Amino acid sequence: MSREGVPPLPVSAPAMPFQDAARLSLGDTQLRFNMGKATTTIRAKRYKVVDEMPDWQNLREAGRAIKDRTLRHLDKYLIQLEESVTRVGGKVHWAADAEDANRIVAGIVKSHGAKEVVKIKSLTTDEIGLNEALAHQGIKAYETDLAELIIQLADERSSHILVPAIHKSRAEIREIFRRTLENTEHLGDEPKELAAAARAHLRRKFLTVPVAVSGVNFGVADTGTICIVESEGNGRMCLTLPKVLVSVMGIEKLVPTWRDLEVFLQLLPRSSTAERMNPYTSFWTGIAPPGDGPDEFHLILLDDGRSKVLADRNGRQALHCIRCSACLNICPVYERTGGHAYNSVYPGPIGAILTPQLVGVENAGSLPYASSLCGACYEVCPVKINIPEVLLHLRGEVVRHKQATLAGKLSGENIAMQTVARVFASPRRYEAAQKAGRLGQKLMVKGGVIERLPGQLGGWTAVRDVYPIAPQTFREWWKQREKVSNTKTVPRQEARP
Amino acid sequence: MSSPRDVVLGRIRAALKDVPPTEQPKDVYIDRAYLHVDDGDVHKRLELFIDRVRDYKAKVKVVRPEALAAAIVESCAARSVKRLVVPADLPDGWAPPGVELVREPGLTNEQLDQSDGVLTACALGIAQTGTIVLDSGPGQGRRAITLVPDYHLCVIRQDQVVGLVPEAVVKLEAAAAEPSRPITFISGPSATSDIELNRVEGVHGPRTLEVIVVTELDVV
Ligand code: SF4
Repeated sequence: MSREGVPPLPVSAPAMPFQDAARLSLGDTQLRFNMGKATTTIRAKRYKVVDEMPDWQNLREAGRAIKDRTLRHLDKYLIQLEESVTRVGGKVHWAADAEDANRIVAGIVKSHGAKEVVKIKSLTTDEIGLNEALAHQGIKAYETDLAELIIQLADERSSHILVPAIHKSRAEIREIFRRTLENTEHLGDEPKELAAAARAHLRRKFLTVPVAVSGVNFGVADTGTICIVESEGNGRMCLTLPKVLVSVMGIEKLVPTWRDLEVFLQLLPRSSTAERMNPYTSFWTGIAPPGDGPDEFHLILLDDGRSKVLADRNGRQALHCIRCSACLNICPVYERTGGHAYNSVYPGPIGAILTPQLVGVENAGSLPYASSLCGACYEVCPVKINIPEVLLHLRGEVVRHKQATLAGKLSGENIAMQTVARVFASPRRYEAAQKAGRLGQKLMVKGGVIERLPGQLGGWTAVRDVYPIAPQTFREWWKQREKVSNTKTVPRQEARP
Repeated sequence: MSSPRDVVLGRIRAALKDVPPTEQPKDVYIDRAYLHVDDGDVHKRLELFIDRVRDYKAKVKVVRPEALAAAIVESCAARSVKRLVVPADLPDGWAPPGVELVREPGLTNEQLDQSDGVLTACALGIAQTGTIVLDSGPGQGRRAITLVPDYHLCVIRQDQVVGLVPEAVVKLEAAAAEPSRPITFISGPSATSDIELNRVEGVHGPRTLEVIVVTELDVV
């Protein structure tokens, strides 16, 4: 069960640019088949349950506005949450970065003399590399969500934020279970059988492991209530049976009031699993009465780059995200490459805007280009994050960052772009360039189009043809027309394409 | 050295320089034009509730108040329940004769694990989503008893069924503010779609959820 073979995947600089990683993924036909099938199925289901809501657009708008209010006053709300949670018996910790958070969790586990923890699926703890950090301290973390368990047993990485093992077929899953779990020699590959094997394996853990670790879907500032949304019941097990509960919450996962949940409890399930409501949603406010859950509750408020995202007025909206994964399922790029190509805990369109902001565009500059800018992600996003707008903004940041370095300044691309900018800025230079281009293109035009541009520009024509510069441009025709009309009749000339 | 708390709050305040210092949270307008109540007909609401609970592959039985006790007996018999977990404050007349009652308080996890099922009341039902809600109120017991046993038999009265999610959230506001009352929304039995997106009922929670709806109305 160790994760030692796995490259750690906290949100750190992707090891490989998206374009290269995507090329590798595209070569994997099984992966493409699984991803295509999964995203198509879930898209159709989502459409159905969203369509039956007469007030869906109103809910989206309310969701967006609540998140906007929360972020604009985040400091006040966090302090309010801290007071509320403390009032009801919880202990609040602050973590400036992943290291802080991991140290706090390990400290709590050790203070109880525990060597094992059970975990509820949580992107935030994946982001900070908690399992690896605990392993260093001799503490074993058991993932209890079925898909997370599969991934953990296979020593692999998640490919989807909601269904992390979506790239695996049932036959592959059976092999993983047979290899790693006891009493599975005769295990078949029916999903029902596979789920039952996981149930049997994990039940002992739930009943005996003393510490549970979770993420947080929503933290309510006014009541101090924490909410976890799940399907399998592994979450309820972790929240109810162990003696100690530690929840790691990104500072943006906050809503001001209990009543605000009425919006998100409608938006999230329909957008994520395409259900009217997910099977289990748990809410707790501090410490439950004896016998009904942990006697110790710790809430860790994690920054780890989020305040950097908050500082960017354009990019800030990425913090609205409620991690529903609708934008992944709708994205034509994600559908073909799968999640691994993004090399981040946060893949797909949301990953393409969140990861570069969390780690800096200088470290993930290829991700803002992992999109066709078709806009589908914006349309499905339940909290109206304008992902294409942020992508464009970040592409600008990537370029500005490159220009700030000497190598970038002297690169062919930058020089070419700067030249183009100068040419476009002056009518005189523009016309001169057109004339020069018309001469230069003579040898390249075949059958009315240019199929291949020379040098570095060749990449652009690898998949498209370019129309040559017209023998006479509109501006030239206009000038000539004026000259002629000054003399006598106006000759009709067809404008060229 | 400044504490992580000061560091994080300091960074947040620096990041929010564009927010005018005079701006209050309520100045950020929230348009709540979504639906808040279902003021339609009770009959329709109840039918929707039943339909949506069934849609989740939960079993639903509809009975008149005087037939409740018999319905509980019948459900337990159909599953050959021998040991039934019940909360300490199980309503009078619900206990099925001939079944060994494993009564709270103080049951161990092992006792729960070795039972055949659990019988409880609930706080609310939500028609729009087919959800039943437990809020640690009367007849519900603590959370573990509806989680560890493999079969959950839950009784709901017609007047407990609301139409929309916002109605439920409003009704639960008082419970949410109290530490002693954790809340659980249950929509169908435990389920996963992690394997090739095939829905499988029952992973860790009860694999079977059965809801008995008590009403005077004629619904199917
Ligand atoms: S960005 Fe929007 S659509 Fe994508 S995961 Fe987040 S909330 Fe869902």
